[in-house]
Parts: sequence; C-alpha cells; structure tokens
Amino acid sequence: MSDEATASPITGVFTLNPRMIEVRDFSFWYGAKQAIFNVAMNIPERKVTAFIGPSGCGKSTLLRNLNRMNDLIDGVRHEGDILLDGQSLYDPSVEVISLRKRVGMVFQKSNPFPKSIYENVVFSLRVAGRNKRSELDEVVETSLRHVALWDEVKDRLHESAYGLSGGQMQRLCIARAIANRPQILLMDEPCSALDPIATLKIEELMSQLKEEYTIVIVTHNMQQARRIADDTAYFLLGKLIEHAPTSDIFTNPQRIETERYISGQMG
Amino acid sequence: MAPLFKSKPTPPHGEPFVWLGAMGLAVGVIMVAGLFILILSNGLSVFWPARVVEFKLKDGSIVAGEIVREQVQAGGAKELQIHTGNKDVYGLAYRFVAETDIVSRSEPPGYLMVGRIEYGNAILQPVSLVLGDGTTVKADATTFDDRLQSLVKEAAARRRQIEKVEKVEIGAINRKMTASDVELRALERDSKLDAEHREKRKLAIKNSTATLQKEYETLAAQARDLRAAQNRDFLNYRLATGEERKESAGNLMMFYHPNSLGFFGRVEIFFSRIWEFLTEQPREANTEGGIFPAIFGTFVMTLMMCVLVTPFGVIAAIYLREYAKQGLIVRAVRISVNNLAGVPSIVFGVFGLGFFVYTLGAAVDQQLFSDALPTPTFGTGGIFWASLTLALLTLPVIIVATEEALVAVPRGIREAALAAGASKWQTIQRVVLPSATPGILTGVVLAMARGAGEVAPLMLVGVVKLAPSLPLDTVAPFFHLDRKFMHLGFHIYDLGFQSPDSDAAKPMVFATALLLILLVIVMNLAAILLRNRLRKRYAIGTF
Ligand SMILES: Nc1ncnc2c1ncn2[C@@H]1O[C@H](COP(=O)(O)OP(=O)(O)OP(=O)(O)O)[C@@H](O)[C@H]1O
Ligand SMILES: [Mg+2]
Repeated sequence: MSDEATASPITGVFTLNPRMIEVRDFSFWYGAKQAIFNVAMNIPERKVTAFIGPSGCGKSTLLRNLNRMNDLIDGVRHEGDILLDGQSLYDPSVEVISLRKRVGMVFQKSNPFPKSIYENVVFSLRVAGRNKRSELDEVVETSLRHVALWDEVKDRLHESAYGLSGGQMQRLCIARAIANRPQILLMDEPCSALDPIATLKIEELMSQLKEEYTIVIVTHNMQQARRIADDTAYFLLGKLIEHAPTSDIFTNPQRIETERYISGQMG
Repeated sequence: MAPLFKSKPTPPHGEPFVWLGAMGLAVGVIMVAGLFILILSNGLSVFWPARVVEFKLKDGSIVAGEIVREQVQAGGAKELQIHTGNKDVYGLAYRFVAETDIVSRSEPPGYLMVGRIEYGNAILQPVSLVLGDGTTVKADATTFDDRLQSLVKEAAARRRQIEKVEKVEIGAINRKMTASDVELRALERDSKLDAEHREKRKLAIKNSTATLQKEYETLAAQARDLRAAQNRDFLNYRLATGEERKESAGNLMMFYHPNSLGFFGRVEIFFSRIWEFLTEQPREANTEGGIFPAIFGTFVMTLMMCVLVTPFGVIAAIYLREYAKQGLIVRAVRISVNNLAGVPSIVFGVFGLGFFVYTLGAAVDQQLFSDALPTPTFGTGGIFWASLTLALLTLPVIIVATEEALVAVPRGIREAALAAGASKWQTIQRVVLPSATPGILTGVVLAMARGAGEVAPLMLVGVVKLAPSLPLDTVAPFFHLDRKFMHLGFHIYDLGFQSPDSDAAKPMVFATALLLILLVIVMNLAAILLRNRLRKRYAIGTF
C-alpha cells in the first residue's frame, strides 16, 4: 500500500479476524424455489476467498446476500443468518445503505454510470455527501492507480466513461467499488469478459488489495482460483460441499464431488 | 453425382412481406413529400412578383392583373383566376374570367404594383404625384420613381412615429390612469381609513390624473399632426378600366414595375415580401400583412406547454414505475393514462374552459385581481390556460415515453449505484434519470408535435383572431400569462374558412401552413439535436 495515511480504521486492527463474515445455517428462496441450502461458513479477514461451482449452484445468490442486494428482488425469503464482525446483517437496526458502504461490489458485466470517468469513481463519496474537491481529486488518483488505470485515463478524466474499452471499464468499476474504502469487496466473475492481459492486471490488483480488503470472488476459472485465492469454497446445487485453503482443495480434495469438478469431469 | 445444392433456389421466406413493407413506406413517404411540395410551392408562390397582364374582353372592358391559375370547369371551358387588386374599387381582389371571353392579352410596361396599408394591393397606371407644397410630378418625368420612393419612405417613418406615440407613450399614460382609477376605487371601499386621510389621497390622485391628462393631450395632438401629414401628398393614378383615382402617400407601403423588373429585382421583392410576412402584424382581416403575432404566439405557447408538462409527466412516470407497488391499481392507472391519449382534443378544451378558466381563473381573479372585477383577468381564456390545457392533452405522451425510458435503463447500473451505497432516490436522480433523458426527450418531441398542431381546444381557452398585443413585451411584468394570443393553426382555420374573401385568403393559408410546418420542424429538430448530444454522452457501451 502506497499511502497508509488514508487507510481506514479497519486496517489498523492487525490481528486477523478469521470470522469476519460468518454465514450461519443460511438458506435462501426465490419465491418457491430454494437456491441455497443450509450453508455455514466463515470468511476470514484480509484474504481472498473464491466461490467455485457449476452454473446455477447459488454462488452469485450467496454473494449478493452479503450486501443484501437480493433485497431488491420481489418474493425472496431467507432462513439462518449472516454476521459481519459479529453483527447480523438482517438485524432490524442495520441500515442497508451503511452496510453497502462497508461492502463494495463488482459485477460480472461492467456497468459504469452515464457520467465522466471522474464522477464514476467518486460516486460513492458523492452520495455520502462528501464533496470536498481536494479529497475527491485524491481519491480519484489513488483509486485509479490501484487498478492501474491512472496512466491510461489521467488526461481524459472528465470524458464519458463509455469511451473506455471493456477491460478499462471493468477496472473503472473496481476503482469505483474501492473508492470509499469498504472493508469487504465482493466480485462476481469480474474477469469473465476480459482478455488474459487485463485479467492478469486485475489478479495482480487483487493480491495487492487483499492486504487491506477482504475479498470474495466468484469465478469459473480454476486456474484463477488457484492463482489468487487463499481459501476456496465449492458449491453444488445450492449446498456448500467443501471449504478449505486453496492448496488443499486443489491437491487434496476431501469430497469426491469436489475432485470430479476440479479435475474437469463435471461442470 | 447428385448436385450438392438445388440449382434453382427456392425464394427465401418473408420476401413478399419485405416488399409489402417497402411499398407501404414508399407510399407514406410519397404522400408526405407530395403534401409538403404542394404546400411549399403554393406557399412560396404567394411571394413571387408575377407579371401584370392586360386582357381585352368581348364586352369591351379591360381587366389587368396577375394570373393566379387556370382551371378547367365542368363543361371543359377554361377559366382564369386573376388577381386584380384594388379591392376598394372592385370589391374583391380576385376575379374569374372565362377564356372564351378574352379577345386579346398584352403586358404593357406602364403598370405599377403598389402595396397599401388599407385595401391591399393596387394595380395601376400612375398619372402624377401631387405634393403638399403644390408641385406636381408627372409620371413620365425621370424623377418620378425616386420621388415616389422617398414619399413611401417618409410615410413609413411617420407610421412608426405614430405607432410609437399612440401605442407606447399614450399606452403608458393609459396604464397609469387605469392604475389610479383602481386605487381610487380601492380607497372608496377601504372602510378602515379615516376621512381626512382619504380625502388627501384622493386629491393627490386627482392631481396626478390631471397632469397625465395634459400629457395625453399634447401626445394626441402630436399624433393628429402626424396623421394629417400622412394625407398631405397624393398619387394620382388610372385603373385599367380608365377610372382616375387618387391615393394619399401615407397609405403606400411599397411599389414596383411588375413588367419591367429583372430577375434579381424579382428575387429581391420575393425575399422582402417573405420578410414582411414573417415580421409584420396582420392587416385587412388577416388577409394582408404578416403573421408575426401568430408565429410568436404558437412558439411561446408550445414552449410553455413543454415546460409545464415535462416535469409533471416525468414525476408521474417515476412514481408509477419506480415507487408505486406494481399491482392492479397501478395497472388500471396506466391503462387510464394511455386511454387519455385517445380522448378527442375538444374534450380537453371543454375541460380547460370549465375548470381552468371558469373555476381556477375566477378564483384567482377573486383573490388577486378583485380590483379589476368585473373585468376578468385570468377568468377568461389566455395563453397560460391554453398551455395548461395542451399540457394536460400531451401528458400521456410524456408519461408513456418516460416509463419506457425508465424500463430501458439497464439493471446493472441501478444495482451498481445501490451497491455503492446510494439510496433509492439518489439512484434515480443521479443514474437512472440521466440515462433515461434521451428517451424522455423523445417524448417531449412527440408532445411538442402534437401540441403545436392542435387547434380545437385552443379556440375555447384563449386563441383569438387578432390579438392586440403579444404575450411577451417590455412592459412589466413582461410575461403576460393572462393575455389572449394568436396561433398559426387557428390562423389557418380562420383565414381559410371564416374569411369574407376566401380567394384573397387562400395564398395566406398556404403560406401559414408552410410556416406552421416549418416551426414544428425547427422546434423538433432542436429537441432532437439536444437528445442526440445527450445520447452520445449516455450511450451504453458494449464490449
Ligand atoms: N432473480 C431470480 N429469481 C428466481 N430465481 C433465480 C434468480 N436469480 C437466480 N435464480 C436461481 O437461483 C439459482 C442460483 O442462481 P445463481 O445466480 O446464484 O447461480 P450462480 O452459481 O451464480 O450461477 P452462474 O455461475 O451461472 O452465475 C439458479 O437456479 C437460478 O435459476
Ligand atoms: Mg452467477
């Protein structure tokens, strides 16, 4: 990290919290359809945790519950609980907006706003009422440097974000997600639309970011999970099959389903 | 060996439908283009200075005028429509002559086409100018044209002077007098005032009224003198019939020699007539002069309608689409809004008259303009009520377009905004609305096109044949929402169907229709340009 001065108070805690996100016996329904079955897991702080599993197994659903994005869908229902630093996300006293300020999210399809590059990056600050020019300028520069985009766009910060390439847009979206320094970064297949070079850049970025952020990433790319994840969780049909350090999962899987999936016999 | 492909390919499916579609489009385009060309040629030919032809008829009479068109009658006989001008003598400015009645035609160079303030054009042979100082300039003198030209110029200068004195200066005095009148009446009614104070105020008002009266008299005398000067010099002339007449110089606006004018001279007159048409007030029951008040009225009303309807429509659509719980009630509301678009516009006019003018307007008068009662201020049709009525009429267009635009905003950017910690309203305001703006502007374009062409409801809520003043001027409060106004669409109706001399009015009908179309095109183009600029900025990029 280049600038400790702006580090959020969270990074001041140096003892690792192995149960930063605690999923307790969590089940989830879209209407009558159950998408998640009694999942229980702990996601440690300042590490990269990868969710893998075949399409439709509920990875995105679980991820989107971590910042309660699924609240927006009509007719959803859940059982069990998810705790963040020991506090329930579903506690009536929890304000969804302040929760989402602590939990940034990057989507599979890049989704920049119809605004300038600059305004895209500072969006989360602006909606929080932080409008000081000097602060915003600094945030734009550090965020864009983080995602290795600064040199490419520093001369056209005030041009539309839609003028960027696909990979640049995705990096812009990551910069936007880390601009207000959330504690947790949720990434749903962030590299699925990128070329290998852009993918590599984002992977480098993640290994840098994990010094400061807790990262949860959904990926279909086994190699990627292997390269960047500290822990890996394998899901199948809405159930958590195995959750272990990445090296264990890939070299010595405990369950037969996991082994078949990572060896490419299924999925 | 069997061939890999059939040698004769079967026609692809759907081809006939493509042809049908193309034909439908072609028919539509041809009809629109034809209509436009018809209006364009008819509308523009009004301004082109034609030659004056002199006809000798069988009965020995002579007719001179511009040939407007030839038409074949039911029996196959040909008939000429001739613009003879001189309405003051002939009664009508146009007449029809059967071709069989014509003995001979010629184009003698001596004719002069003279534009006049009253009675329209005159086609005449000049005889002489009789000036106020007693001198006479014969028509064959070399200086005749120059003298006539300078007389026309002087007359125009005096006309402007008279207008300034009568409309601006005397108008200002009149306004002050009305104001003191109103104050006087208010004093009478105010029972709380003690008698001494009241008398003092009354005296002061009387004094100021007296000075105003004096000022008025000097101005009126000035105007009288100017008017007298307009009738000092005369043009003596002879008509084709041989009758000799005279016209005071003050009534002349312009003149030209229709039969000895070169091409560029004609072009110059063509454009000066167009300019006059665009910038002048109408005269002679709207059949002469320009239509500036109607252009301006249409423009202001349409703009005001947009300003009123857009925020309402957008807010309603946001509520319907983003906040209201999607269910039976919302669906019913949506269907009702869509059906509102099919209600005949005259119904909106009746509603505007009954609710806006008679109910709201009367209430506003009671509250704010009670001093002026029983003369209504807002309790009668006016540009504001007309705009509001049309805003109501075009509301469904905006609501439907905005809803469509909101639905089309990609889900991804809404989620991104919410995930960044924005509230629902912040998301709508900062992300959804900017992306939807091009779509909303499309709705505004459609609403504008619909509103600008509407005539029926306006007749009930404030449009008039001839408005004495514009809704926007330099007298406080500058924007006169209560004023009646003129409108191009109503002007077309009035000229074409309510005019005593429909032949005289027909050219103006075409020219006005052309202008209405151009105005709508220009306003739409402006909105479309704005939309395209926004669209470039907000276009959703893809990989
Ligand atoms: N909005 C929704 N409404 C109803 N069912 C949904 C919705 N979103 C997802 N589902 C269902 O929930 C299940 C889990 O979906 P989810 O998107 O979490 O899968 P995923 O593991 O992310 O798959 P992928 O790898 O293809 O993204 C699927 O069966 C899916 O059909
Ligand atoms: Mg998914």
